[in-house]
Amino acid sequence: MKLNLFIFILIFFSQFTFAAEKTVDPNQIHKNLRCLVCQGQSISDSNSDFAQTIKLVVKDLIDEGKTEEEIYSFMSDKYGDWIVFRPEFNIQNSLLWILPYIVLIFGGFFIFSFLKKRR
Amino acid sequence: MQKIIKILILFIFLFVIGIFYISLKRDTNYDTSSLINKITPEFKIISFDESNFYTRDDIKKNNYILINFWSSWCTPCRIEHPILMKLSQTKNLTMLGINFKDKNTQAIKFLSELGNPYDLLAKDKNGKQSVKFGVYGIPESILINKDLIIIQKFVGPLSFEDYNNIIKIIE
Repeated sequence: MKLNLFIFILIFFSQFTFAAEKTVDPNQIHKNLRCLVCQGQSISDSNSDFAQTIKLVVKDLIDEGKTEEEIYSFMSDKYGDWIVFRPEFNIQNSLLWILPYIVLIFGGFFIFSFLKKRR
Repeated sequence: MQKIIKILILFIFLFVIGIFYISLKRDTNYDTSSLINKITPEFKIISFDESNFYTRDDIKKNNYILINFWSSWCTPCRIEHPILMKLSQTKNLTMLGINFKDKNTQAIKFLSELGNPYDLLAKDKNGKQSVKFGVYGIPESILINKDLIIIQKFVGPLSFEDYNNIIKIIE
């Protein structure tokens, strides 16, 4: 029992340690940024001049200690929400975020009432 | 129940058609609207001769400022150059030229051939400063007022229509 508790505490605190050490991954950011001069490519996929510049800027922002969200916010601020593949929640795109949940609830309700009626 | 299903199918059909209609009509090209009416970002850019740096404070000495991103290797920059030369004759406008990812010798040759319209000349060797202004290709020009508010952004070479537009704003 004591051993189990010890292992639990060890794993629990190691999670915190990993969380604290978590660094911003530039590749992840590159994948989530759209190359504005390419056809459907991300910054990560593209070797265009624009993509190279954005990679340099992302590196600088990470070195300045900016978080992933702050970097997306910076890019959206300069180029609009179009540059981010996963845009932040706002009034304009609220439907995009909320609709799947509405469909899920209505769909669930529909299936439930359909099955109930069949019985 | 049958009625509800029919209404639901009709609703989904209309919704899909609506989404297609909006998506096809939407201009997915880069939109400058996110920068208009915003304050000019803070910047520190090296002068072309590398003797000093220019900041926001250096550009607000006149009522209006036009920041133009250009390069000698950019053909549309040659096309817009006569318009920049005409704009340089207006008194109410300070022009900051930012030479973008260019070779010094080529840039000097370009200006000696076509004339230098800029009051201040800087360079952005790796393009990092241009990202602060939301530039993604050149030429691009940004019109700023004395309060450092971005009034207009011109993507691509300036046309005579743009010239008239700028003159109308600054006079």
